[in-house]
Amino acid sequence: MIGAGHAGLAASRLLAERSLDHVVLERGDVANSWRRERWDSLRLLTPNCQTRLPGYEYAGPDPDGYMTMGEVIAFLSQFASLSGVPVRTNTNVTSVTRVDDGYHVTTSSGDVRCRTLVIASGACNLPSVPSIRSSIPAAIEQFTPFDYRNPDRLPEGGALVVGASATGVQLAAEIHRSGRRVTLSVGEHVRLPRTYRGRDVLWWMDVSGVWNQRFDEIDDLTRARRLPSPQLVGTPDRTTLDLNALSAMGIELVGRFAGVRDGRALFSGGLRNMFALADLKMERLLDAFDEWARVNAGAADVQEPERFAATRVPPSSRLQLDLRNREIRSIVWATGFRPDYRWLQVPVVDEKGYLRHDGGVVDSPGMYALGLPVLRRRKSSFIHGVEDDARELIEHLARFLRG
Amino acid sequence: MAMTTVNNGVNVQALLDAREALKGAPEATKFTWRASCKWNNGTHSRTNVESFFGLGQEQKHKTETTFDADHPEIFASEDRGITPIEYVLVGLASCLTAGVAAVAQNRGVQLRSVESKLEGKMDIRGILGMDSDVRNGYDDIKVTFKIDADASKKDIEAIVAQSQKRSAVYDVITNPVNVTVEVV
Repeated sequence: MIGAGHAGLAASRLLAERSLDHVVLERGDVANSWRRERWDSLRLLTPNCQTRLPGYEYAGPDPDGYMTMGEVIAFLSQFASLSGVPVRTNTNVTSVTRVDDGYHVTTSSGDVRCRTLVIASGACNLPSVPSIRSSIPAAIEQFTPFDYRNPDRLPEGGALVVGASATGVQLAAEIHRSGRRVTLSVGEHVRLPRTYRGRDVLWWMDVSGVWNQRFDEIDDLTRARRLPSPQLVGTPDRTTLDLNALSAMGIELVGRFAGVRDGRALFSGGLRNMFALADLKMERLLDAFDEWARVNAGAADVQEPERFAATRVPPSSRLQLDLRNREIRSIVWATGFRPDYRWLQVPVVDEKGYLRHDGGVVDSPGMYALGLPVLRRRKSSFIHGVEDDARELIEHLARFLRG
Repeated sequence: MAMTTVNNGVNVQALLDAREALKGAPEATKFTWRASCKWNNGTHSRTNVESFFGLGQEQKHKTETTFDADHPEIFASEDRGITPIEYVLVGLASCLTAGVAAVAQNRGVQLRSVESKLEGKMDIRGILGMDSDVRNGYDDIKVTFKIDADASKKDIEAIVAQSQKRSAVYDVITNPVNVTVEVV
């Protein structure tokens, strides 16, 4: 098992239940990414009542609240020690090669041989930054979510946040509140209200079955696996942090960052359609929730259906921004992440750097992946979503070991 | 999911098959579209379009088409053709319309009529070089679709949104393109 994040820990518990001998290799500490690669104010997007791993769930007083990073780390560490997960911490995997009837794993503290291997290193090892980064004038400081911890690290002055994912909207709001002028560049995005008909939108995703939709039932799976994270934030007051909320705060919305020419940032003129696509998609989802509620009337205590205002289009959205006049002092690239498989010396990585797998069964005997977006279900990468995938893949793995 | 009862005249199955077939053939997906232009007189020129390159080889339209372009009389010219900037609206309208038909076919929606009106706003101080703060091209383009189809308004809006998402001309108008102009 490579990786002691929530996926690796969940799988380890299930392997132990079957008495399958295993070890979890972790380059840092348990919950490493949560410790090292997150910003200070981040909270989970999923409410506490959905924070669960096999045989272990949140038992605190606030089921509707959202865990801070410290709380997530404590939750995962507690789970690891209660389950007796055999983790080798500070063990960095440097290569995996195929040998005889298994794999040879070299690490920073010795080699391991195994018959089966589960890759649970996550989908977010490296930030994805568009190549325009090299055309940005040197006077502007650039940050990825991995460098960003809080607004104090940013120089004073205007900030351009690129990307309207969950990261993008959260950082845009936080940086704006620090007193800096924020411009948010918006490409394709996923709009969701925080609550719908009085319940958390992710409660709806769960009960209506959207989250359980299987990978082999999804039309454009590649697209589903690369969707930006939905525009949600986990705050105690459960506010919706969509583009309307941001523009009401005074954040300027511009189109997709399309290029740099003569020291000017160029933004797409197609912003209106980006809004339309996200609004329409959200409506279809809410229609699906309403349909579920209609059919399951009495199964849940929900308020009346509601619809939300269309994303407001600025009267004229700016197509260019001068990057040389010192109005913009920093750029934050909330443009997504990609996995890092440079250590994987088995030909199972495609030309775009993604793992070749069929619902988590990787294209090499006895190799599996866990915790990737829409691995087997729409909920696959979420903390509670890992369990069902893990059970199925470990069943497959156990059968493989039996021959 | 081609529905056999819906017919907008688009062979969506062929497009889906092409997508599959082209997955393993990256060279075949590289196309070059072409045009050649000859000045006639004044602001009048004629542009011919006939051949293009795609699927790994030279291709030709069924016939060669000639496009006259000119400036109107109020520009002290002779109006022997539409203006170049109006050709851009022709490109956008036809690209989005074709997209609507294809997306509707793919989604099993029967179209009865699809009409669009386009307006591109422009301040001619740009092209007359009167004010460097005024751009040459359109400040704003508005496309208004009137669509009669077997679908709800929301579904029709979604089809139109998807058409923009996959439109070549919409992309070229809303996003930067590198243009190189040489003299040989």
